[in-house]
Amino acid sequence: MKDDVTREERVDNLKGLGCSRKRVEDARFTQGKGNYVDDIKLDGMLFGDFVRSPYAHARIKSIDASAALEVPGVLAVLTADDLRPLGLHWMPTLAGDKQMVLADGKVLFQGQEVAFVVAEDRYAAADGIELVEVDYEELPVIVDPFASLKSDVILREDLVAEDGSIPAGAHGPRKHPNHIFTWEAGDKDPTAEVIANADVVVTESMYYHRTHPCPLETCGCVASMDKVNGKLTLWGTFQAPHAIRTVVSLISGIEEHNIRVISPDIGGGFGNKVGAYPGYVCSVVASIVTGKPVKWIEDRMDNLMTTAFARDYHMTGKISATKEGKITGLQCHVTADHGGFDACADPTKFPAGFMNICTGSYDIPTAYLEVDGVYTNKAPGGVSYRCSFRVTEAVYFIERMIEVLAIELDMDAAELRRINFIKKEQFPYTAALGWEYDSGDYHTAWDKALEAVDYEGLRAEQAQRVEDFKAGKTRSLMGIGLSFFTEIVGAGPVKNCDILGLGMFDSCEIRIHPTGSAIARLGTISQGQGHATTFAQILASEIGLSADSITIEEGDTDTAPYGLGTYGSRSTPVAGAATAMAGRKIRAKAQMIAAYLLEVHDDDVEFDVDRFVVKGAPERFKTMKEIAFAAYNQAIPGLEPGLEAVSYYDPPNMTYPFGAYICVMDIDVDTGVPEIRRFYALDDCGTRINPMIIEGQVHGGLTEALAVALGQEIAYDDMGNVKTGTLMDFFLPTAWEVPNYETDYTVTPSPHHPIGAKGVGESPHVGGVPCFSNAVQDAFRPFGNRHTNMPHDHWRIWQTANKLGLHG
Amino acid sequence: MSKKMHIKLNVNGKAEEFLAEPRELLIYTLRERLNITGPHIGCETSHCGACTVTINGKSVKACTMFVAQADGAEITTIEGIGGPDDLHPLQTAFKELHGLQCGYCTPGMITRATKLLEENPNPTEEDIRFGMAGNLCRCTGYQNIVKSIQAAAAEMNAAKEAAE
Repeated sequence: MKDDVTREERVDNLKGLGCSRKRVEDARFTQGKGNYVDDIKLDGMLFGDFVRSPYAHARIKSIDASAALEVPGVLAVLTADDLRPLGLHWMPTLAGDKQMVLADGKVLFQGQEVAFVVAEDRYAAADGIELVEVDYEELPVIVDPFASLKSDVILREDLVAEDGSIPAGAHGPRKHPNHIFTWEAGDKDPTAEVIANADVVVTESMYYHRTHPCPLETCGCVASMDKVNGKLTLWGTFQAPHAIRTVVSLISGIEEHNIRVISPDIGGGFGNKVGAYPGYVCSVVASIVTGKPVKWIEDRMDNLMTTAFARDYHMTGKISATKEGKITGLQCHVTADHGGFDACADPTKFPAGFMNICTGSYDIPTAYLEVDGVYTNKAPGGVSYRCSFRVTEAVYFIERMIEVLAIELDMDAAELRRINFIKKEQFPYTAALGWEYDSGDYHTAWDKALEAVDYEGLRAEQAQRVEDFKAGKTRSLMGIGLSFFTEIVGAGPVKNCDILGLGMFDSCEIRIHPTGSAIARLGTISQGQGHATTFAQILASEIGLSADSITIEEGDTDTAPYGLGTYGSRSTPVAGAATAMAGRKIRAKAQMIAAYLLEVHDDDVEFDVDRFVVKGAPERFKTMKEIAFAAYNQAIPGLEPGLEAVSYYDPPNMTYPFGAYICVMDIDVDTGVPEIRRFYALDDCGTRINPMIIEGQVHGGLTEALAVALGQEIAYDDMGNVKTGTLMDFFLPTAWEVPNYETDYTVTPSPHHPIGAKGVGESPHVGGVPCFSNAVQDAFRPFGNRHTNMPHDHWRIWQTANKLGLHG
Repeated sequence: MSKKMHIKLNVNGKAEEFLAEPRELLIYTLRERLNITGPHIGCETSHCGACTVTINGKSVKACTMFVAQADGAEITTIEGIGGPDDLHPLQTAFKELHGLQCGYCTPGMITRATKLLEENPNPTEEDIRFGMAGNLCRCTGYQNIVKSIQAAAAEMNAAKEAAE
């Protein structure tokens, strides 16, 4: 074969690791040809929708659906009584609790699913819902977890024994009928002792408010039971389609091979689409009952009120240090509001997720964490909204504790971080709360970030601004928000990470076609991350075929190998690793084929970009395209025909991406309006697969962080009414409010990942929230502010200024 | 249920005629009756803009307009803006500059941007951010959307100059 292209051109032609390959997904999305679940239309398809509770806590005395059933087009109204004979009126949650599918005698939160109306279209369903008569008896409402633990009102009678005793839950003993679990990490007494004897101790309480991932597409599904063939097909907004298949099989009794779960295009997930929701179960049942496909699609209010809240952590910390600022100990207690059912989406052994990463990026010798989970009359959920399990809470906690310690020590917060960072030579580093950080170079990243923004200059400007403010020359203050975060992603090693007993490995299966193109299928599912683009890049570099010749397919459980899905930044660390490993199996067989074709020993050929060459004779080679063809048309002694491979990858450890963020903000003291003047984000996600996509992920994650820090919340009144159930009240930033971000990077590859990649999608959210919050709080530091709770909307910022006496 | 109305629309150059309840929202007419699924539903309260279409020359959120109000209208959706053989410069620019991720907001975003550029062929960054503020995106942080629209504007202006 003639070969007049240079090696460099051959590398470029692969469009492999490290290049900003344009996305292959975009053609369909920009032309309106995406295929989202609500785009699915099947013959005879029905529409199901819920009667929902207006009350946050009430007993249901009766449900009368007779008028609804008179509405033309309404075919059925399902209640808990209809599901009970099937054992489907309750379902297991991912957290080891159980949850009502349809209200079984009572409701525990506003918006809870009470009955499922099945109709010929969504208008008829809506008409039917209006006419279902539910007789409620109101019960006392508890929206505060601290009050819940003292209350005589029992929220979950099903979890109290007849003699009044409180049986242990899935995570051990329970202290009160409304208590779910206590989870501990670290050393309690030694930490207390260190803190008792320290030079300096600071205590701070902070509330990380309840919010919601709110992807632009809500949750939904289409269930289609083919009674002729006994097969159930379920399309839906599933971040973990295989896990959904297993769950559906376990609760419905339909054998798993007769269930096909398909995640089509997903309009953003951010954690909202990890869990299993009553809508899925009711659609499946309705399809079985009617013999027709049934669609269920949430509206926005349903979405915000009922599926998958995030956060709601009341955190109290104690941090101790020497006079010079060296941190000696850290204590953290969390009261975690889980709502009416414990439906948190965490690995089984981690009821508070990875909150025990709350020592952050610092070398803290002694630490102790205790988390109490509590039931209240709020919606269930507790998902990881654009972060690994509870890592945003953990990082917010430590980055606030660092700031208040800096105030106590009268130290610069950047310097306090620097003297406490885990040093490069300490990696792999075992933290006091148990995790082994795989790699890091925090000082380099921090110095680069501080220099990039001229940190000293900013502080001088800020000091001048304070002088000017005091002199009456300006009404604007300046805040410098600092944040240094370490993520813990890529769950995870099967030895300690599972969901419902399913180990959190992931997978890739590759088939090379005779003409030298390929299809690879993975156990993950993209929701905008660009997997079809980036996984092809990983593979291109591993197997020497152009990324443009590789199709990536995910989301169909009949074709994709089993995997645990996409959330917690696990796709690149786990499925990305499986992709590289499967690619290496392809390459190993290709090497034998090449050696046979070149008539040399296997060890005498070596891989070079897109071919195997004879060592020492680069003019003698076989390209991967030639090898692929040979795999299908030549009888090679000792080798099976074909060129395929599969890899199931169980990661040896998590990966630990990190980053340094700095936000410069001007705050109008009289209106409370913050203006973000500058935002610098340095991310180290190890090996960079596609810089364009990484930057896009950083922009998006920071914007979701801005939202959470500066206004977004799911708020309740004392009656348990959701006050933020529409996009009028629930803050999603527009193009007008969002700044341009400066992105930067360092590269510290993961030592255990096959290509050194660590994952990046969630880092900007994890690091961004404390950065925005710290900027607001830093502006008020010179006037005595120590801590104020998020979200820092204009009203709350104004109140902070007012309390500090800045309104004269 | 109320009496059905006789509705005529012209959607992406194609005449459509049907009977519909006046309460039918235009977004469902497009998506479910006419199988035009490019415009999406994100909120049904006019906040998110995923359903943005052009009606008689104006950007409209189809989730909060009754089909009865659209009777006789000319409607353009993303499907009428450009296809595989005649991509609109905005469609190309969104891909080139990574102006989308999950793609759910993209049809509404591009449809709105076509009107923005018609009304203001030389928008500043501020003009774009203000003019696009009715379309929410949860993935991109808007930075690359703004860049995509700037790039498409430059491309369209250059093409216009070349043609003159």
